[in-house]
Amino acid sequence: MMITLTVNGERVTRHVEPRRHLIDFLRLDLGLTGSHAGCEHGVCGACTVRVDGEIVRGCLVLAASLDGAEVTTIEGLTDSGEVADLQEAFVARNAAQCGFCTPGMVMAAADILAHHADADRAAIREHLSGNYCRCTGYQAIVEAVETTLAARREAVR
Amino acid sequence: MKWPALGYLRASSLDELWRALGEGAQILAGGQTLLATLAFRLSEPGTLVDITRIPELRGISVAGGVLRVGALTRHAELGRDALVARHAPLLTQAVPHIAHPAIRNRGTIGGSLAYADPAAELPACAVALDATLVLARAGGERRVKATEFFTGLLTTALEPGEIIAAVEFPLAGPSQRTVILEVARRSGDYAMTGLAAVLDLGADGRIASPRLTFFGVGEGPVLAARANAALEGRALDATAIAAAQAALDADLDPPADLHGPPAMKRHLCRVLLGRALQSFTPATEQAA
Ligand SMILES: Cc1cc2nc3c(=O)[nH]c(=O)nc-3n(C[C@H](O)[C@H](O)[C@H](O)COP(=O)(O)OP(=O)(O)OC[C@H]3O[C@@H](n4cnc5c(N)ncnc54)[C@H](O)[C@@H]3O)c2cc1C
Ligand code: FES
Ligand code: FES
Repeated sequence: MMITLTVNGERVTRHVEPRRHLIDFLRLDLGLTGSHAGCEHGVCGACTVRVDGEIVRGCLVLAASLDGAEVTTIEGLTDSGEVADLQEAFVARNAAQCGFCTPGMVMAAADILAHHADADRAAIREHLSGNYCRCTGYQAIVEAVETTLAARREAVR
Repeated sequence: MKWPALGYLRASSLDELWRALGEGAQILAGGQTLLATLAFRLSEPGTLVDITRIPELRGISVAGGVLRVGALTRHAELGRDALVARHAPLLTQAVPHIAHPAIRNRGTIGGSLAYADPAAELPACAVALDATLVLARAGGERRVKATEFFTGLLTTALEPGEIIAAVEFPLAGPSQRTVILEVARRSGDYAMTGLAAVLDLGADGRIASPRLTFFGVGEGPVLAARANAALEGRALDATAIAAAQAALDADLDPPADLHGPPAMKRHLCRVLLGRALQSFTPATEQAA
């Protein structure tokens, strides 16, 4: 079937098979390989992307159901500069090692920055609880988010 | 594993849905359970019929003395809705326990109740709050009490061709006390054991209509009849809590599962019961 949607601000029209999930659609049909497919059954969070402004599991969304939707991936988020400071903090804290979880982690962390400016460590951990990282032990990631939140609060003072 | 070949169509009204629901068709709501199980090839539906754009299944309202929650209400919407917080605060308390933010943005109350996972929060809340499910089919509607809706492991009173249209919750009165507690390995995982507790606490400190409902310990939500009877009409104090804990054992018949043996689950239930009731006692007595 044919779908037309907006991906990172660009309109795309494509033929998709119903069995295609959003991550395969992004990676295989559009060549956007920043979103990762890990477990493909909703557990790991590596596939986290935005649909209509809210984070979702890309592996648990049918591409066919997204006619008219607006999708933002890590590529679009990066290009917009929305989380440039968070990405710098990830590098500074060594919050990415192998990098497999990182795009999903940044998408989930961006949701905290956008909607929960007052989140403390416990709230950050809770919000990221659906994103697995097998390398960092999470401390560096939580710290990167925490320092970014603190710096943004400082900046608006 | 990749999903099996399947068909997809979207119904934009109930009439369209009734025409689409035939042999091999399966309803797709948030997809947060159904699509996950497709990857395991646990289910191989012929056609997925997407119901998420059917307006009749949306919305949260208060009318006729009940809070009506449309089947398509997503967990995230349920968690931030002001009418829900006011009239069925147990549901607001339950949402943070359900999976993770990205899953809560898609999963629906209708899907959760229809799937009837024994460790899920919303089926237990529906039983604890004595909710009524509105079931719709081509040419009609019927109402089924939550206590009768869950009939066994992952099975419900839904007939073929029937869907959950909405859930109706009685409005919480001023003396209602609610809490949901659970033990899970990772925040957001399905509970090893959980308790949705609802009761009325009168000005005289006496308990009325307790509905302690456990999850993750049976084939569906378990309304603890004996523990509830042990609490009815009593003052909420340490003796009452001990009596309910003693009675609770006969209410439970937990299966051994990946998490541990029945004895562990019984123990966790007693602990959760104690904590839940303790949370309803005035702060001064808690300190004592
Ligand atoms: C990693 C992970 C962790 C999770 N953790 C939890 C948790 O801790 N607690 C919890 O409760 N849930 C958890 N879930 C499940 C989540 O809450 C689902 O959203 C919910 O169980 C199903 O809702 P859905 O709208 O996604 O339904 P779908 O997946 O679309 O459908 C589920 C089933 O219900 C049927 N169905 C859907 N809507 C209706 C309807 N209106 N009428 C009749 N049948 C219908 C479908 O045909 C299907 O059989 C988790 C899921 C994942 C992937
Ligand atoms: S790939 Fe989607 S949650 Fe793991
Ligand atoms: S950096 Fe390797 S999984 Fe997170």
